[in-house]
Amino acid sequence: MPSLKDLKNRIGSVKNTRKITKAMQMVAAAKLRRAQEAAEAARPFAERMTAVMSALAAGVGTGDGAPKLLAGNGRDQIHLLVVMTSERGLCGGFNSSIVKLARLRANELVAAGKTVKILTVGKKGREQLKRDWGNAFVGHIDLSEVKRVGYANAQTIAREVMAAFEAGEADVVTIFYNRFQSVISQIPTEQQVIPAKFEATGATNAQYDYEPSEEAILADLLPRGVATQIFTALLENGASEQGARMSAMDNATRNAGDMINRLTIQYNRSRQAAITKELIEIISGAEAL
Amino acid sequence: MASTVQFDLVSPERRLASYPATEVQIPGAQGDLTAMEGHAPTITSLRPGLLKVVGAEGMKAYVVTGGFAEINASSVSVLAEQAVPLDEMTPAQMDALVADACEAAAVNADKDTADKAVADLYAMRAQAGI
Repeated sequence: MPSLKDLKNRIGSVKNTRKITKAMQMVAAAKLRRAQEAAEAARPFAERMTAVMSALAAGVGTGDGAPKLLAGNGRDQIHLLVVMTSERGLCGGFNSSIVKLARLRANELVAAGKTVKILTVGKKGREQLKRDWGNAFVGHIDLSEVKRVGYANAQTIAREVMAAFEAGEADVVTIFYNRFQSVISQIPTEQQVIPAKFEATGATNAQYDYEPSEEAILADLLPRGVATQIFTALLENGASEQGARMSAMDNATRNAGDMINRLTIQYNRSRQAAITKELIEIISGAEAL
Repeated sequence: MASTVQFDLVSPERRLASYPATEVQIPGAQGDLTAMEGHAPTITSLRPGLLKVVGAEGMKAYVVTGGFAEINASSVSVLAEQAVPLDEMTPAQMDALVADACEAAAVNADKDTADKAVADLYAMRAQAGI
């Protein structure tokens, strides 16, 4: 049975914790709004880009002359997994769910006799993957100094990935991130960026003139397409991270509230018991006289 | 007022402009072209240069570094990798752009393209008078 003093201290400390989680939740909510705005602002570019590229890709096809970024280099041996996670913790299952998906995929690939290489973005995922897949790490991109993810960050990652592809150190590149659905739901997603995959759009719009040529534009656009996909993923991930943190901190705040209630009841009971005990002692003392 | 086309300028990070324009002068990879209403559908890639838009409030110019433009009879969409309104462009930013391009040119295997990008930037700089 803890003493009254202990209980009081305990309640105080839980109250402090609640203050902190509450503050973190508010900060995450503000950041989430910013991240969502950024993701929304980036959408028109990505959509147009994909539309034009898929139209071009359908025109050029995947024949011999097609650019390698589209058709692949004809091999399927070395898989590079780009695992995008957050730089900070305390965001619920956000990082674990990405890592889980990446691990599952990596295990499948290894079982199929492929070579797996991993490029991590964000240190939390790196920490989680280190034990099992430490040998597969080929690089790490640190975004902890970056306050606001910009297109330049995506370009850095894209350049690294494309350099690996061109040097023959990777045949297939897949990115892993959380797609933002809502504050309470983020969907771990894997997306193959090299060779580029497009969903058939079916409806081919007006016949365009291409200047210079279809192939030249496609060759010019593909590297940008990789960067754009990575950028979109980074933004989605950013919004998901804040959403996950927000709901995790909301849970923590509510939990702390419940705990304070329980502890307060316990505290009041013990106090009452102590008073009753004292009264009984006084009364029985008086009766004895 | 002449008939207009819907002009959109988007960069990866945000939509920079969206308004009706009477003519759009685009720095295409194979030379400048002007898009007006009723232009044949065209997709062209961009070289670093000045994008000039004539709208209801006169002409606006943007510095673009690359990307592509999609031209339709009724709309012009420019998807630029980097785009900055000319009047917000500072000499320091310009220097940074040139430095980036030079750096890229130094490591790029495709020497001609990279050198052309640098040359285009210098030409744009002279044209813009920064």
